Amino acid sequence: MVGVVIVSHSAKVAEGTKEIAEQMVGGELQIIACGGDQKGGIGTDPDRIRAAISMADQGEGVVVLADLGSAVLSVGLILDSLPAKQKQRVQMADAPLVEGTVIAAVESALGKNLRQVLAGAREAKFLEKTEDV
Amino acid sequence: MMICDQNMVIRVIENMADLIAEKKDFLTELDSKIGDGDHGINMNRGFVAVRSKLGGVRERSIGSILKTVGMTLVSTVGGASGPLYGTAFMYAGNEVGEKNELSFEDVVALSEAALAGIIKRGRAEVGDKTMVDTVYPVVEYLRSVKLQRTVLTNLAKGVTETARRGMHSTKALMARKGRASFLKERSIGHLDPGAVSSYFLTCAVTDEAPEL
Repeated sequence: MVGVVIVSHSAKVAEGTKEIAEQMVGGELQIIACGGDQKGGIGTDPDRIRAAISMADQGEGVVVLADLGSAVLSVGLILDSLPAKQKQRVQMADAPLVEGTVIAAVESALGKNLRQVLAGAREAKFLEKTEDV
Repeated sequence: MMICDQNMVIRVIENMADLIAEKKDFLTELDSKIGDGDHGINMNRGFVAVRSKLGGVRERSIGSILKTVGMTLVSTVGGASGPLYGTAFMYAGNEVGEKNELSFEDVVALSEAALAGIIKRGRAEVGDKTMVDTVYPVVEYLRSVKLQRTVLTNLAKGVTETARRGMHSTKALMARKGRASFLKERSIGHLDPGAVSSYFLTCAVTDEAPEL
């Protein structure tokens, strides 16, 4: 299955997002939460993100969801520095964090491939929350 | 003509660490107006870590020193400036490679590589109210200089002044990248913290005292 990595500025947000997604898919899927800076404060820790990606990668790919600024930049930096073989199967989703993670987790648990999981997560951008849009 | 060796590179990086430590509170204060208020703290955390690594790389090539600085910043800064400055140093290090001395042309190429790294990572352009507004004109200026006709102290003054003008240009701009872009027109009237830290780092290179 495609692994899912959640990168947030906040450890609580990453953990909470993982809990929401796991409620949908049980324990069948590798979802790794990676939030906060080195000391658990608000921020990002590229070394831990790198480790989370390799932990989530079971060969069928990894989708990374990131929240803001430095999380997105850090993930981009790490993806660029992956070995060529791994580079193709690890991608960042163009999606909002919570909704994107839930959809990615569901798609992955359904056995979809990397491209399909990414496309599913991206759909989360367009989820309507009010009627008057 | 060689204008820079390993010792100078180490001294410049120590200058950077000193200047960032000195300006930490100022940078954080700027960032608290249009960002998340941690730029000075993050940059200082990064450069404290960089300083502690310098002893171990003193004897290595300039490329290796710069790459170590970049990787250390990426690992320790904790904010967007980590990947941005980190990529800048890593690209610069890659550009100069195993050299132990740099000519003016090498310094220009190094600066171009650093700028390319920042742009690749942050996808910002001139006018977006970011560090690119400081760094881009400096690289343009360096490209335009014919060193034979310019004494090095004049060159340093020119670079510092170009960076200062670039930094100041961010005040009137509306942010289009980073957390400040959420503030839209409320970001106007404030200096961009990244543009200011880039100015300080430039001053560390030219060994000139920063003036705001």
